[in-house]
Amino acid sequence: MADIAIRAVRKSYGKTPALHGVDLFFASGEFVVILGPSGCGKSTLLRMIAGLEDITGGEIAIDGRVVNRLEPRERGCAMVFQNYALYPHMSVAGNIGYALKVSGVPKAERERRIAETAKIVGLQDYLARRPAALSGGQRQRVAMARAIIREPKVFLFDEPLSNLDAKLRISMRAEIRKLHQRLSATSVFVTHDQVEAMTLADRLVVMNRGHVEQVGRPLEIYHRPASTFVASFIGAPAMNLVRSRVEVESAGIRFGGAMVAIDPAFAAKLRGQDVTVGIRPEHCCLAAPGDGGVEARVDFIEELGVGRVAYCEVDGLPFAISLDDHTVVAAGDSLFLTLPSEHLHFFDIESGRRIETDAAAPVAAPAASQHSEQTMGVH
Amino acid sequence: MEKRAVFKSWWLPIVFALPQLLLILCFFYWPVAAVVNWAFTLEPPFGGPAEFVGFANFQEAFADPFYWNSVVVSLIFAIVGPLFAISIGLVLAIAVDRQLPGSGFFRFLYILPYAIAGPAAGMAFRFILSPERGLAASLNAMWPDIWNPAKYGEHALALVIIIFIWKWSGYTFIFLLAGLQSVPRALGEAAAMDGAGPFRRAIDVQVPLLAPTLFFLLVTMMTEGFVGADTFGIVHAVTEGGPNHGTEVMVYRIVDEAFKGLNYSGASAQSIILIGLIMIFTFIQFRFVEKRVHYK
Amino acid sequence: MIQRTPVANAVTYAIMVFGFILLIGPFLVIIAGASQTMQQVNAIPFSFLPDNQFLTNAAQAWKRADLGTAMTNSLIMAVLVTAGKVALSAFTAFAIVFFRSPLKHVFFWSVFITLMLPLEVRVVPTYAVAADLLQPVKSILSLFGGIQIGIDWNLLNSYTGLTLPLIATATGTFLYRQFFMTLPDELAEAARMDGSGPVRFFFDMLLPLSRTNMLALTTIMFVYGWNQYLWPLLMVTDPSYKTVMMSLRSLLPADNGTPDWNVTLAGSLLIMLPPLIVVGVLQRWFVRGLVATEK
Repeated sequence: MADIAIRAVRKSYGKTPALHGVDLFFASGEFVVILGPSGCGKSTLLRMIAGLEDITGGEIAIDGRVVNRLEPRERGCAMVFQNYALYPHMSVAGNIGYALKVSGVPKAERERRIAETAKIVGLQDYLARRPAALSGGQRQRVAMARAIIREPKVFLFDEPLSNLDAKLRISMRAEIRKLHQRLSATSVFVTHDQVEAMTLADRLVVMNRGHVEQVGRPLEIYHRPASTFVASFIGAPAMNLVRSRVEVESAGIRFGGAMVAIDPAFAAKLRGQDVTVGIRPEHCCLAAPGDGGVEARVDFIEELGVGRVAYCEVDGLPFAISLDDHTVVAAGDSLFLTLPSEHLHFFDIESGRRIETDAAAPVAAPAASQHSEQTMGVH
Repeated sequence: MEKRAVFKSWWLPIVFALPQLLLILCFFYWPVAAVVNWAFTLEPPFGGPAEFVGFANFQEAFADPFYWNSVVVSLIFAIVGPLFAISIGLVLAIAVDRQLPGSGFFRFLYILPYAIAGPAAGMAFRFILSPERGLAASLNAMWPDIWNPAKYGEHALALVIIIFIWKWSGYTFIFLLAGLQSVPRALGEAAAMDGAGPFRRAIDVQVPLLAPTLFFLLVTMMTEGFVGADTFGIVHAVTEGGPNHGTEVMVYRIVDEAFKGLNYSGASAQSIILIGLIMIFTFIQFRFVEKRVHYK
Repeated sequence: MIQRTPVANAVTYAIMVFGFILLIGPFLVIIAGASQTMQQVNAIPFSFLPDNQFLTNAAQAWKRADLGTAMTNSLIMAVLVTAGKVALSAFTAFAIVFFRSPLKHVFFWSVFITLMLPLEVRVVPTYAVAADLLQPVKSILSLFGGIQIGIDWNLLNSYTGLTLPLIATATGTFLYRQFFMTLPDELAEAARMDGSGPVRFFFDMLLPLSRTNMLALTTIMFVYGWNQYLWPLLMVTDPSYKTVMMSLRSLLPADNGTPDWNVTLAGSLLIMLPPLIVVGVLQRWFVRGLVATEK
């Protein structure tokens, strides 16, 4: 059990900066997921915590002790790698027990702990096998066991599920969660998969281009994305983002041949300036034709089984709308939408940062209500 | 290419590399430096420190008709030998690559000559292609002196080149077969769908894709022909440069001049020229290898 | 792919048989000649059929060229060259690939350049160094301080002298380097996370993983060591150190003596046998090593 403090950490490769001053604090026992597209610096950050990567500036402290100059083995971290990095010439038992062997744990003790750990991950029958004779899921378990056996203060996961097929990924996700509850060591999990991030995290760190974009609980981030990047990265299909001018007189924005109302006080605050307006596809409501709704022409439909997504065009720009099972539309149809002002997000056009509205949706809006807001209205 | 996961220590890599570096220093860099030094100096006949003589040793070599003879012999050797070795290897590789029943057996056998040292092969070929016995005897009986390497320089040169070809055909075969097997099967299948028969496929699809391997082999084989251990070994064991300097390749002349003529400076000057030649080859190969990487 | 190409198949087989005659034919002639009597071997036309005289001929060749000594020496030389290369190259490649050090490029290039200049073009001064190993040290010392040392360390007529200069080249280093580069970065990282330092990583991970590469290198280095010609020719004057390639000459029939080529061929066959066996039995490794070291 240990907390991790990351203070103004920078990293550059030669002259190319990879991380620009990251400040984070992970509490003891917390499960933190770092989410971001490839190349955002998330793995670099993880590897700096592990001690596999030099720290260019700032400092990292584990359990209050600055570890900048410590070797990986002195930091008390264990790591699960994306490609598992199993030692191909050693048996499963050899792989799991290698760290103990290196640290000079006597053989009997070592074997006892290998057996114990193998049982936790369900590998007790495979101890004599070589990694090459294991399935992907089993290899993944060996990699986990190798981390568990050291009883580390900190678990580091570098996209460990990305090499598994979809079904296995879901079950391993649950297992990792369970394992965390059981061992309750501080865990840092890096991924580019938002579903993985949302389901696993106590707290989520969204990174982009070497910056931390937002830190918060998963739902908080979903409902109040701090920037256009976060808004478009979290949620599937992605949030619709359009550029528009706030008109003070009518307290609204002009969009798709209609006037979308916004809170007058907020409109007054923005005084006719251009903003990026965002709304999630699942928050668009259908209106009856002729009610002055935003008109969207359907380009194509994506069936999801549960519901469907209509990819439309509004003012010549792409715009996605989530529909429930009962709404039947076809390509070429026109949909009319109302965009509830409490679900609108506003972002600065320059910086992309969120502009807070007083009418912003409550942070913990119940997820179940999203689809019920839609009303029938197909033209 | 750099590895990401590296250990940090300034002294460990030195400790690990030291044994080989010391050997290389003693038996490679020091001798190479000495070659350069000797090439530009001359040791007086009655002792004393060596004198700097500039390019005199080179001029002396260039003035010697036997030197130019060795250059011509080496050129013939290093062009004809590789061309035949590569052609034979290529034809055999294309044949074996068709994977007809039994081709595995031939593949196994073709590499065997490469295991044989040039001089040992030379010994055997002295018998096999001897004018008085073996196979050529019947020919000579019909047309006297149609084949007599002991008497005619050209015949002797042909003999040593044949030995070179014999030894190295299996080697080029291995590389070309590996090259052919790395050509995606789908390419041959696509050509077959386009209506190309086996011969057309070989010429239109396989050989062009082998171009990098062919070029690589040409450079390696020519280097081998000029300075290879087997080139010296074959000539030394079979003809000793004769008859009448007809097989005196450059390497042979260098070693001969140094150890028989005791003319270290002359030999060194000739070595420098040879080193220059190899460097040109290596440079060409490098440029080409670089291009090949970009091509991929 | 369905292929019904009888003509092409026939041509293919014809080519393969032609290749067989060309490349394996000489072996058949050697085998036939080595097992015949002197009369048979000199008969015109030559008979390609082996006879039963091989053991007699071989015994005579063995005695004439003192093959017992020569084979032993060649074996020692080949084994030493192989072992030295397999071990030292692994060390150097490890230093070049797995350390972040300004020297690694110096190491890499200083090793790489040795690929370009074979022994033949620098043989004279290499011989001089072997004749007086301390010569470089002496020269440097006299250059800087005028110090003279009187010790001579002579490698002529010794196994050290036969092998060390042959180990001082880059082939093996590159084979290991290629292999080390293909290992995923995570392997070393996982080992580091597990607490293993560089030396431990080398012995626990790299060496066991390099087994196939070592085997490949062993085969080509053995053949290389066994087939050395020029170097032993220069280094050895003492007959007790002579190698098989040197004894080839004594197998030849004297110019005006009895043309007992059957004995010569039997002797040559014995000398060819060890590398032939290595290449034949371990062909998979040999070919892999060959292709890998050159690319």
